[in-house]
Amino acid sequence: MPYISHSDADRRAMLAAIGVQSVEELFADVPAHVCFPDLNLPPALSEIEARWELGSLAGANFTTADGPCFLGAGAYRHFVPAVVDAVLRRGEFYTAYTPYQPEVSQGTLQAIFEYQTMICALTGMDVSNASHYDGATATAEAVITAVNVHRMKRRKAAFSPYVHPEYRAVLRTYTQGMGLEVGDQELDNETACLVVQYPDFFGRVKDLTPLAEAAHAAGALLIVVANPIALGLLRPPSEFGADIVVGEGQGMGAGLNFGGPYLGFFATREEYVRRMAGRLVGQTVDTEGKRGFVLTLSTREQHIRREKATSNICTNQGLVALAAAVYMATLGRCGMRQVAELCYHRAHYARRRIGEIDGFSVVEDGPFFNEFVVRCPCPVSEVNEYLLAEWGIIGGYDLGRDYVDLDGHMLLCVTEMNPREEVDMLVEALEEVTA
Amino acid sequence: MKLDQEARYAENHEWARWDGKEIVCGISDHAQESLSDVVYVELPDEGDEFEKGDTFGVVESVKAASDLYMPMGGEIIATNEDLEDAPELVNQAPYGAGWMIRIAPSDPSEFDDLATARDYEARITEEEGEA
Repeated sequence: MPYISHSDADRRAMLAAIGVQSVEELFADVPAHVCFPDLNLPPALSEIEARWELGSLAGANFTTADGPCFLGAGAYRHFVPAVVDAVLRRGEFYTAYTPYQPEVSQGTLQAIFEYQTMICALTGMDVSNASHYDGATATAEAVITAVNVHRMKRRKAAFSPYVHPEYRAVLRTYTQGMGLEVGDQELDNETACLVVQYPDFFGRVKDLTPLAEAAHAAGALLIVVANPIALGLLRPPSEFGADIVVGEGQGMGAGLNFGGPYLGFFATREEYVRRMAGRLVGQTVDTEGKRGFVLTLSTREQHIRREKATSNICTNQGLVALAAAVYMATLGRCGMRQVAELCYHRAHYARRRIGEIDGFSVVEDGPFFNEFVVRCPCPVSEVNEYLLAEWGIIGGYDLGRDYVDLDGHMLLCVTEMNPREEVDMLVEALEEVTA
Repeated sequence: MKLDQEARYAENHEWARWDGKEIVCGISDHAQESLSDVVYVELPDEGDEFEKGDTFGVVESVKAASDLYMPMGGEIIATNEDLEDAPELVNQAPYGAGWMIRIAPSDPSEFDDLATARDYEARITEEEGEA
């Protein structure tokens, strides 16, 4: 929709139409003493002065732009091609609202439809929704979908301990009051779903077939939390028999942004589409037989189903999903594979070299993608403080925070944004820890 | 407004009809017309048990999703699987091919509490007249 401003003449005509002299008159019911209260602020700065002041505040931060970063654990530093921003910042996308009126929103709807299509290609599933807030809430919605598929008759959600610990916490928040038992349990005929991560929280890549078979034998749905960048290289979860695939899409064009906005993708089998939460864009034809796009299957949503809706979400991460769509389209199948291979090879190189450092040892546990666990000779916090202070390096994640028997274990992540020189610098720095 | 003279009608426009010892249920012609094109019917599982007035399913049209209520209590013996691929049967033949569930009623006398075709027609005509 175009931006249409109005003039003073327009305003006068509108005021006259409702019999009011000025805009101020419309606020007459607001008590005078709260209209313009004394805020006790210093005098306003000029734009130049404001920039200097904010700039010096920001300068006190140390960001991933200032030094090598080896921190992953759910939020990853991947390259954001310039074309992503170039498309996002177009006013038509940047300022667009929800596409409830398809006749004036074909651009937005087509972009979302293409995003959905690419997520299906990446995960191997039949249908994807228009996105959730982030990977954690998408996972929670997947569990709720599984419970709905079983018509609320099964109240257990088996949750692997190797899924991101914060996702478990978010799931507990989302399902409060639903009477769900969430935990690392046996699968039985009360289990609605089994949730696993791929690669898992420790970076390991496992064949999910045995888990899929066990889940399906118990009549439960298999929910796979997947890293979309890893899917550029690994077998898609659909091939293991996943029923729902969710995950964090931040690595595809969104950047780290100090925690958000992020992107939850959600893809599932065709048979579960009516139980799926979230917005859905479908392809159709208009009255002239031309292809068009619309929001569809809206009767799942709360503005129609109310308390029986599949979820209370009534939005999607439009702009971030667009960023992911631009990223996927720009890289294509080959590009996504190339990014994944760079991450894989750099991480394997790093692990080999770190394994050779006295005092440090790597935990050998089968194939991994781009994250691995390292046993440190001293507390992880000390290692990270030293790395930052002496070398300007952001170290890995302290697994002792979430896993009682993993004190002193660090989860290191290497991506295509870490050139070999940075890995060598990390090794040199760690060699001096024991020295 | 079409009516099945052998059926009786509940508050929320469901109908019930004896077929041997079982009761067949669906929604009335008036209901399907108000809903317009039905796109999906969510039905219960065989063996589920409900009381009169319990929600047994949902009928979705392009503009609304309405709960379906048991006109009588009982156990679900069968559901109309044709509705999965052809939900429009509810619009085309609400008393015939568009039937929804068959139940083994827990209390057959509940049938007599339902409105007859004539009473139902009168009620709808009055409601429409006021609207």
